Amino acid sequence: MAFEGLGERLQATMDRIKSKGKVSESDIKVMMREVRLALLEADVNFKVVKQFINQVKERALGSDVMQSLTPGQQVIKIVKEELTDLMGGDNQKINLSQKPPTVIMMVGLQGAGKTTTAGKLALHLRKNYNKKPLLVAGDIYRPAAIDQLETVGRQIDVPVFALGDQVKPQQIVTEALDHARAEHQDTVIIDTAGRLHIDEGLMNELKDIKEIAKPDEIMLVVDSMTGQDAVNVAESFNDMLDITGVTLTKLDGDTRGGAALSIRSVTDKPIKFAGMSEKMDGLETFHPDRMAQRILGMGDVLSIIEKAQATVDEDEQKVLQQKIKDQSFTLDDFLEQMDQVKNLGPLDDLLKMMPGANKIKGLDKMQMSGNEIDHVQAIIRSMTMDERENPSKINASRKKRIARGSGRTLQEVNRLLKQFNEMKKMMKQMTSQKGKKKNPFGNMGLPF
Amino acid sequence: MSFLKRLKDRFQPSREKEAAGKSVEEQNEKLDDGLISIEEFEEWEQEQIGYKFKAGLEKSREKFQNEINELMARYRTVDEDFFEALEEVLIGADVGFNTVMELTDELRHVAKVENITESRDLKETIVEKMVEIYERNDDLPETVNIQEDDLTVILVVGVNGVGKTTSIGKLAYKYKQEGKNVMLAAGDTFRAGAINQLKVWGSRVDVDVISQSEGSDPAAVMFDAINAAKKRGTDVLICDTAGRLQNKGNLMNELSKMKNVIQKTVPDAPHESLLVLDATTGQNALSQAKAFKEVTDVSGIVLTKLDGTAKGGIVLAIRNELGIPVKFVGLGEQLDDLQEFSAENYVYGLFADMISNAEELDDSGGDDV
Ligand SMILES: Nc1nc2c(ncn2[C@@H]2O[C@H](COP(=O)(O)OP(=O)(O)O)[C@@H](O)[C@H]2O)c(=O)[nH]1
Ligand SMILES: Nc1nc2c(ncn2[C@@H]2O[C@H](COP(=O)(O)OP(=O)(O)O)[C@@H](O)[C@H]2O)c(=O)[nH]1
Ligand SMILES: [Mg+2]
Ligand SMILES: [Mg+2]
Repeated sequence: MAFEGLGERLQATMDRIKSKGKVSESDIKVMMREVRLALLEADVNFKVVKQFINQVKERALGSDVMQSLTPGQQVIKIVKEELTDLMGGDNQKINLSQKPPTVIMMVGLQGAGKTTTAGKLALHLRKNYNKKPLLVAGDIYRPAAIDQLETVGRQIDVPVFALGDQVKPQQIVTEALDHARAEHQDTVIIDTAGRLHIDEGLMNELKDIKEIAKPDEIMLVVDSMTGQDAVNVAESFNDMLDITGVTLTKLDGDTRGGAALSIRSVTDKPIKFAGMSEKMDGLETFHPDRMAQRILGMGDVLSIIEKAQATVDEDEQKVLQQKIKDQSFTLDDFLEQMDQVKNLGPLDDLLKMMPGANKIKGLDKMQMSGNEIDHVQAIIRSMTMDERENPSKINASRKKRIARGSGRTLQEVNRLLKQFNEMKKMMKQMTSQKGKKKNPFGNMGLPF
Repeated sequence: MSFLKRLKDRFQPSREKEAAGKSVEEQNEKLDDGLISIEEFEEWEQEQIGYKFKAGLEKSREKFQNEINELMARYRTVDEDFFEALEEVLIGADVGFNTVMELTDELRHVAKVENITESRDLKETIVEKMVEIYERNDDLPETVNIQEDDLTVILVVGVNGVGKTTSIGKLAYKYKQEGKNVMLAAGDTFRAGAINQLKVWGSRVDVDVISQSEGSDPAAVMFDAINAAKKRGTDVLICDTAGRLQNKGNLMNELSKMKNVIQKTVPDAPHESLLVLDATTGQNALSQAKAFKEVTDVSGIVLTKLDGTAKGGIVLAIRNELGIPVKFVGLGEQLDDLQEFSAENYVYGLFADMISNAEELDDSGGDDV
């Protein structure tokens, strides 16, 4: 991400004001320009930005900013509040019908992630609501679309209703609903073909399906990397179908995701889910407040910490922290940590979500792939317990033995031991520094 | 002659020629009968492409021009409000943020130096500067690097769902039509149904598809394909790859491994590394181009889904900042919905109405100021 966050953007103005000690109306104007640029860079639609800026400006011109000692912070606070407000406050859950089956209809442009999200939703509903979902193959146009949904169904063990690509989607949906009732499938998720919002013929097809299926949820699936066009897409789909919810996909990428704000502002419909990976478990509930921060380039720290916490056992974490504190962290602990890191997913993905991480030189080069972790683990596993606890005992002949045993080179063994040494030094610093400067990883219990 | 007029003459097929509506057969016959020269035929062909391209861009363009015209009507004087509004119009077309800033800063400068106060008088300079940005890297090869008597390998990369597989189907069709022997490699072994999707395109176009089972190593598929292509004397091998977000280090590494495998057998391959970009994508497309360029040395862009309302203006920034030219545009989901990209036509497409409006002003004497 090459873009500056709002904080950095406002820095210069804040510095100037600090030396002057007083905020003028023209200072506010300059700040508003920075806010505007930050939002435009994040792909928020320019009309939405304009509206938003007017709102913020009004509040900023009120007494709270003008009289504040930290006007920059105040502006950021107002922007964040207004943005979170616009994004819709709390997370909203999926609509479920009292009378089964609940019908969910997936709609959106080509390639947005409808089919993938249909599968993810099926899994989500079964796991968290104990539902019995049925997936319906309503995309008869895209080559192998049915095959794709059937594969997804197999992966998550959810039945797929398909009638091939020679039957009209309207008919497929009609029969699917009968089928669901007969088989007591209490949730029906209809996958539809991607279509342009200006394609009248295909948009009418969706209207027909809506008429037939009377869905409880019409889920508009939008790619989070969408630019200015997001308003047109969201507005058209909403006008035609009166959508009930939105899923924003591919948020595991490095996009700021300003489209989220655009969509909210033109449809006033809640964004309910975030797609966070290509895999079936990669669906998360959408948190408007966190999205607001992400759009402003302040990083999604909470999501990262949550992800880390979900993977790292809390008790283990406490033990670990104690070990770090009293310097008894061993290579064996390191081995265990590696497992947790592996569960967390690629390290660089995680780091890239950190605020300011784009500023760290060489971060893009720093990668620890699954392979490398495997290699390091192999080396440690070839050590005796005694060696793992007292690495200083590992002399040249022991190194040779370890290298042979793990199938790695002597250099790799050396490198690992050196790195471990440095890591311990770093831990020592971290613990002695505690309270002074917050290390973002400090309370995650991860030794890097 | 004014710049706009020159631009117009260059890109707009004259009305009479268009009205004649000659068919390909007719023109071919004339060529055979010696009624027209090969140059004349080629010129006609070029016009046809330009015309079809224009038609495809119609919808995107309409909105864009309305906005520009509205802008000129609303902001008659050149002031900060005008520039802010202009920035918005360009940003509305997803033209890269920095490019827009660069452009408007230059315009501010021109307005100041030349003492331009009426927005109308700045119109021409706007177009001029846009074209300039586009033509700055003029020495870039715009054509596809096809080896005449040898195997050409085209690697197709991009993020998820942008239209890689579909574009490969269209490219296969194009090269097959040109009489080439085409083969496809099913390098997306990850996404559900991806292999079958490519196979459907393969059978539509009637070309061979080399594949392994879902979940297998894509580098191994590349190895198979490149060897099969060599053995069978294939002219063009087009390699599909799984979609990957550019910030995923491990997946980007996988891509470079695929490239290495290809290069082991054919050292100067891939001859083209095409990055597929979705026209609806905003500023992130720049980050995509940067990351993929680093890994696969991207030689060209396929800009898809231009049949929608998105304008894909980010390609201006990509060309400006990274020097990667657009080589093809996707205008639909059918086999023949692929056009060779022409920068002039594209810019012309975005500015067509502005130009004709300025023309009218020119024609009406222009001394009413
Ligand atoms: N990284 C990532 N990829 C996604 C996500 N959702 C979908 N995809 C990918 O996006 C592409 C298009 O998805 P698909 O479900 O086929 O889209 P559809 O055309 O709308 O049905 C596929 O490659 C998916 O694997 C997501 O949340 N993250
Ligand atoms: N309207 C339109 N749709 C397209 C275009 N190119 C691809 N698509 C659609 O976009 C979706 C994703 O395309 P696909 O080739 O599977 O993308 P991939 O994941 O990058 O291989 C499919 O539904 C395609 O039909 C285009 O130029 N215009
Ligand atoms: Mg689909
Ligand atoms: Mg594909």
